[in-house]
Amino acid sequence: MTVAQRQPHTRTHLPQHEPEPDETPSPERRVALGASRDEVFRVLGAAVAGLAVGLLFTAVIGLVPIGWLLVLSFAWFVAFYTLLVFLHESGPAVVDRFWTVMLWAGVVAVVGTLALVIIFIVVRGWSVYAQLFTGGGDFLHHFHFFTEDMGGVGPLAGLDVGGILHGLVGTLVQIGIALVLTVPLGLTTAVFLGEVGGRFARIVRTIVEAMTALPSVVAGLFIYASVIVLITKNYSGLAASLAITVLMLPIMIRSSDVVLRLVPGVLREGAYALGAGQWRVVWFVVLPTVRSGLVTAIILATAHGIGETAPVLLTAGFTPYLNANPLHGAMVSLPLLALNLIESPQPDQIARGFATALALLVLVLILFGLARALGGGEAGKVSDRQLRRLRVRSRHTLTRIGLAATTGAHPSALNPLDQKEPLE
Amino acid sequence: MSAVERLTVQPDYPDESARTAAPRTLATRGERSDEAFRGVARLGGVIVLVIMCLVGVFLSWQSIAALRKVGIVEFITTADWHPETYHFGIAALLPGTILIALVALIVAFPLSIAAALFVTEIAPAGLRRVMVSVVDLMAAVPSVLFGLWGARFLQPTLVPFARWLSTWFGWIPIFKVDGADPSNPLPDDALYTASTFIAGLVVAAMVIPVMTSMMRESFSRAPIGEREGAYALGATRWGVIRSVVLPFGRGGVIGGTMLGLGRALGETIAIYLIISPSVTVNWHILEANRANSIAATIALKYGEANDFGISALMAAGLALFILTMAVNFTASTIIARSRSGAESED
Repeated sequence: MTVAQRQPHTRTHLPQHEPEPDETPSPERRVALGASRDEVFRVLGAAVAGLAVGLLFTAVIGLVPIGWLLVLSFAWFVAFYTLLVFLHESGPAVVDRFWTVMLWAGVVAVVGTLALVIIFIVVRGWSVYAQLFTGGGDFLHHFHFFTEDMGGVGPLAGLDVGGILHGLVGTLVQIGIALVLTVPLGLTTAVFLGEVGGRFARIVRTIVEAMTALPSVVAGLFIYASVIVLITKNYSGLAASLAITVLMLPIMIRSSDVVLRLVPGVLREGAYALGAGQWRVVWFVVLPTVRSGLVTAIILATAHGIGETAPVLLTAGFTPYLNANPLHGAMVSLPLLALNLIESPQPDQIARGFATALALLVLVLILFGLARALGGGEAGKVSDRQLRRLRVRSRHTLTRIGLAATTGAHPSALNPLDQKEPLE
Repeated sequence: MSAVERLTVQPDYPDESARTAAPRTLATRGERSDEAFRGVARLGGVIVLVIMCLVGVFLSWQSIAALRKVGIVEFITTADWHPETYHFGIAALLPGTILIALVALIVAFPLSIAAALFVTEIAPAGLRRVMVSVVDLMAAVPSVLFGLWGARFLQPTLVPFARWLSTWFGWIPIFKVDGADPSNPLPDDALYTASTFIAGLVVAAMVIPVMTSMMRESFSRAPIGEREGAYALGATRWGVIRSVVLPFGRGGVIGGTMLGLGRALGETIAIYLIISPSVTVNWHILEANRANSIAATIALKYGEANDFGISALMAAGLALFILTMAVNFTASTIIARSRSGAESED
């Protein structure tokens, strides 16, 4: 029986992680004790008591202003809770509970801060959008906030005219140019740091890590001193994108460097053992393995670049008109536009500024969500779909080897898809 | 046959020549594509290095005009900013910058440690992922949004707190507010706005993610053996944190804080939106219109500056650049040392 005849029944055995046959009895599943009923009652009781005392001092007898309610309630909650724990537990356990509550409080403060920022921007910016879409006029005009610039719109003009088109276009153009420069240069450097190495790579890595905290205004000054003073003599979108590039490069390099380090060494060694050169190992093994991680790095760098304000303030100039040409004339971006509108004393301009800020926030949130969705997987781990694709490819290889055995040709010269016989 | 099985195998001791033998030197002749790949990658590294070095070079070059006019000593010791009369320096800006960063760090430090410890020690797996995402998202929110929030929401909200602080703790010099009268039944809120305190709080919100992610990384590297050993000896969760996680994560805590300090020193737009700068040395963190920062001053004075004024701002930018780079190099050295495990030996 030749290999080719046996082929339909044979499956390549892919190296999967299969459970070892049970020789030793598997250890009993450990039961993690969650919060006991006592614990739950203690927390709830202390919380209710704390809130009640807080309300008593603020709302009922008015000893303390109402703004202190949360702080006061929290202090009383901690006191009550510690006391309740103290009634049942010994010293170290009381200390443990106390600090656990403190850590929770710290986390709530951090998350609460972020939530407050987002909610504040959404609330203040939303009023403008709501007003835009409920106004009269024809349907298309409702979207004028996205389809018009501020050219010819005076500071006293109502919200039914003018928009942020120039900011949107400016942001897209600037971030586009910055990405065209950052992605190849950043990836090449990250590959250099991770795959080539050496003493020079260590120097570059140190410099890049220090540069991740380059003050954004200094990047703006740098581009002003180099590009604007020496070459263009004028504010332009290109100068702004160069400033953004200077800030995005270190972020990009650092995060891709971290991602590249996640590639398991055995994959590289396997490829080398099969005779691949360094270039082929990087191109066909290392980079595809962390593709999703690299995409995440790019998107996160983009999100950072889009929000940069100070360098754009120093290099892009300001204009109320739409300008899509990065080489000539001032070009405004979303954060710069928001900053400029907010500084106006006119309520309508401020409202526009908050709406611009909201547009910027939504853009960043979308990018962030995209990065999370794409970068979920662990490096070197294959999803079910990828596994199926790998199986099909592996079967093709087997066919090729089988054909080579029967015909005597070199396996690489044969394409199994040319064969008439069905593969399955 | 059985004789063969019973034979004791004598281990071959290596003779003298084997002991002195050095490993073969491998003569590697790279493929042409590999050489090209390495060359291109190295070129990328060189370009990035050159760009980063050019930042320092161009800032120095542009600030020569200003520094030559007044001299470096004068520039460092003058607490004023009037480039048009050649009377300017960073003696007031630098302390102001550091003061804002210190306020930010004092607030951000406990919160970052709490967030990092929560993620590595307390949170269940699902919540852990959420928290990591939240912290990363916080790092991605543009600074102009933090600035807007600080100027339009946090500032009006915190003025009563600032008033309370200055009323009760005004005897401590840094909480003193000139012109504030605690007995005045209609207190003037304008006395407490645009202060170092408010600016520092907003910057704190912006450095928390940087510090948290660095600390989280170092806490998660605390060795599992020591953790379990502590549990086996009867430690509570807080006991493990105090006796294992925090000592092992010390390098990360210090490095992360330095990194946050570098970020706080260079923050521009958020501070720009909050303060209206003065160029006097002032340690009263609650007082209105007394805050100043190098980065925000550059952004504020840039529009109205002539050529010499720009050169003066470049000099200020150079000072800021040198300061942040020094802080950052220190931070990355500490972090690198803690990563290489030099600390787990003691």
